[in-house]
Parts: sequence; structure tokens; C-alpha cells
Amino acid sequence: MSLVSVERVGFGYTAGRRILEDVSLDIAPGDTVGLVGESGSGKTTLLRLLLGLVRPDSGTIRFDGAPLDPRDRAFMRGFRRQAQVVFQDPYSSLDPRQKVFSIVAEPLRSLRVPGDHAAMVGDALEAVGLERHAAGRYPHQFSGGQRQRIAIARAIVAGPRLLLADEAVSALDLTTRVRIVELFARLSRRMSLLFVSHDIGVVAALCRRIVILERGRIVEAGDTAAVLAAPQHPYTRKLLASVPRLSPEAPSSTEPPQ
Amino acid sequence: MSALLDIAGLRIRAGDSTLVSGLSLSLRRGERLGLIGESGSGKSLTALAATGLLPAGLAAEGSVVLAGRQVIGTPDRRLDRLRGTAVAMIFQEPLTALDPLMRVGRQVAEPLARRARRDGRPLSGAALQAAVLGLLEDVALPDPPRLARAYPHELSGGQRQRIAIAMALACKPDLLIADEPTTALDVTTQAEILALLDRLVRERDMALLFISHDLPVVANTVERVVVLRHGEAVEAGPVGETFARPRHDYTKSLLAAARRFDEALEGRP
Repeated sequence: MSLVSVERVGFGYTAGRRILEDVSLDIAPGDTVGLVGESGSGKTTLLRLLLGLVRPDSGTIRFDGAPLDPRDRAFMRGFRRQAQVVFQDPYSSLDPRQKVFSIVAEPLRSLRVPGDHAAMVGDALEAVGLERHAAGRYPHQFSGGQRQRIAIARAIVAGPRLLLADEAVSALDLTTRVRIVELFARLSRRMSLLFVSHDIGVVAALCRRIVILERGRIVEAGDTAAVLAAPQHPYTRKLLASVPRLSPEAPSSTEPPQ
Repeated sequence: MSALLDIAGLRIRAGDSTLVSGLSLSLRRGERLGLIGESGSGKSLTALAATGLLPAGLAAEGSVVLAGRQVIGTPDRRLDRLRGTAVAMIFQEPLTALDPLMRVGRQVAEPLARRARRDGRPLSGAALQAAVLGLLEDVALPDPPRLARAYPHELSGGQRQRIAIAMALACKPDLLIADEPTTALDVTTQAEILALLDRLVRERDMALLFISHDLPVVANTVERVVVLRHGEAVEAGPVGETFARPRHDYTKSLLAAARRFDEALEGRP
């Protein structure tokens, strides 16, 4: 059974203007799925729906077989422990006045997770490649990449089954980006990952499956290697052709018609 | 032919800390040079120093000669003439370069009229309007008469960047400095803007100083690169050779990282 199942979901913030149209998507336990789209494609809105922050106008979203209903508070408490999110900007997502311990332990407190919180925070910090004693310091004492590691530690501390990442490496420098992508790859061995990004290269390096979103519709989905090797939809082909390559033999840019 | 921009031993300081040191580079007409590095490498500061636009509190030493004039130590009012004649800049976020309350046609008309005045052939009225529409056409904007009447918020990100490029071109600069001009754009829009810049720089025989953290973009845009790290140039050379056979460890690590995503796209993860 799918861990997440999105069935024919439609959504619009205002009447008449559809942000998402007939979107269906499954995430199997342990799978890594990359959701790729440009601005206005609806990828962030889909993430908000998956987090239960907004409800679809039509269709259903199921988590572990049960419908995701933001109004069902008991269900949502259980769900939040199972699904956590990492955002793009590690400078704005961490409270500068709190020590790393209290930032990382926040889900444990708010979800009333029993157990030894100090040990759990220490384990989470180690899992993301930080020292346990980082817990005693403040966010400003860390670099951008280390801050993103702290945000990831917070997301995994309660042992979620699903990790959602919204442009989680887009604000990082190139060399840092590679290391954080490696961290996500390591973590994806123990949980499902939905990685939302505009950067198809990052998704290609990280995700087993890829979903291409264009103006609120999924235009192509499948095994990442297969989609990259033989993209079917014209938009996927345009997207791939637009990504500049290092190698000089790649076709040089030509000015497309307006 | 002498260089349009000649930077020698540039050092930029903020109080006691040195942000850029010992940087030298030179750029002639028709040449395209990439300045690459990660955040904090000093690449944007170098561009600002090249035009004498460093914010108060930052001090530049060494020599920056732009179109035969020393920039360092020259008062702003004398530099004003040089900017917008010898050099024009475009930035990452075109919204910050555009006035939100002014129709974009008028915003393009201002530098056009100024440059024409300086050349001793003032433009106004219908002639100025025609020149504006001609520029909008040059940057491949659709339906120039309609677009000229639009406000910045009515345009897409790519269209705004085209307006910013049109404003830069209106100055008829010999040197165009582009600081991460496509970083805020979608990848399909980026491809269009890069192709546009490539065409315009060739057609007008401008020099291009292209600042970017994105190695594949740089590889497709410039002929030579300078790699900056913590304010120092660690490596410089022709872009193909430097990217194929980097000598410095830092350049090697940047390329290894970029290649990782490149190869993943080619199905070689």
C-alpha cells in the first residue's frame, strides 16, 4: 500500500482560478520522489495540501490509507509525527533566540513524544552529521549548510516515515548543496522522501522517481532514469534542453521564439 | 587596443577585515569574462568596485581603470558620467532595478534620452518613443507598444529582466556587467535570457563581465574565467580549459560538485 496517495486532486485559492487540476501521485514506503516544476507550477501548493495545511477542492489525499483531513485534530497530531518538512531558507526557518537543542526538540515537545529528549536530539544531530554538543549553541554560530542540517535534524527527530523537502538545497552554495543532497540520500534509506525542487539536476541525482508539474498538471511521471533518457512530454523535453551543461559538447543555447 | 576595464591589485576592506585582496583582471572590447565563486567570495563587491559603487564603509585600494579613467578615489559626480556611458549593469532581481510606479517605457526612455543628450543629439517626443520601441524589440519583447505602457508588476520575471537589459543597452555601454542575471529566473526563462545576452553582446561588440555562482551557465556564456575564493583569485584562464583541467583544489571541488548534477542528468548518477 502507498504511504501517500493523491487521487485526482484539484485546488484553487480563489474561485475560478485553478492552481492544481486532476493531480494523482503515489509515494510508496521507502521511495524517493522528486517533484519538479517552475514558478507557478503549483508545486508548493501541492506540498501544502500534502502537509494538511489546506484541503483539496476535489479528490482525496490519503496517508497510510486514511484520508488526510486538516479538521480531524486527533488524526493530524498522529500525522505530524509521521510527516515532517524541511524548507528552503535555513536562515529564516530557525529561531535565532533559541539554542539548537530547543529548536531540534520542538517537535518532541509539541507532539508530546515520550522518551529521553536529550538522547533523541543528540541522535538526530549525529544522523545529520553534526556533533552532539552542537545542541548547546545558537543558529548564528553555524554556516548555511550546517543550519540546514539543524533544520533536517528537527524534521527527523520524532522519527517520521515521510520527509518533505521544499527547495531544501536551493539556497545553498554548490559544494554545500552536494553534501546536503548526500545527506538526504542517506536519510531516504530509512524514510520516504518527497523532494520538491525547480532544479532537475538535483532531483536527477537524488530521486528514484520524478514527477513533472506544469501549470497545475502532472505532464509526466515515472522512473527518473527512464524519464531523463526518453522524455515523452514536450514540456519535459523543453525543461531538459534548457538546463545548461558543463560539457562543451552539449548543444549551445539558441534563442527560442517568443 | 587598451583594456576597457583594468583592475590591478584591488583590495576591498570593511574596517579591519579584508574582503577582496590582490585581485587583477582586465577586459577588452568584445571579450567575455566570468567571475565565479560561492557566496562571500567577493564577486559582487568586485563588480561594485569596478563602477565605484561600493557602499559607504567599504574602502577600495589598488587600481581600477575604467575606459581610461581611474575609478578609485574619484568623486561620485565625476563617475556618474562614466557609468551609463562606458559601463551599464544588470542585477539578479530586476524588480529592484525598476521603479514600481513608472511605466516601463518611460523607464527605458530615461537612459536613452540621457545618452542622446550626452552624444549631442537630443531625442524627444516621437523620435524618443520610436527609439524605446526599437529597444524593446531588440530585447525580443512581444508587442512593444503594449508592453511599454505596462508597469513592472504586470510583467513576468523574464520580461522584467528584458526591460532591465533594455535600460542597460539604452546607455550604449562598451562594457556590460551582469551580476547573477538569471539566478532568480526559471530555467526555461534563463535559457532565453542567456541566448538574448549572447546575441546582444556579439551584435554590439560589447565587453561582458558576467558574475555567477552557476558553473554550467558560465561555461556557456563566457570565454575566460576568474575563480574567486574568500576574496582572492585562485585560478584564471580560458573557460573550457579551466573547467576541463582545473589546477587549484578549490576549482576542482566546485567542478566535481557541478559535474555530479550534470552527470545525473545524463543518466550517470
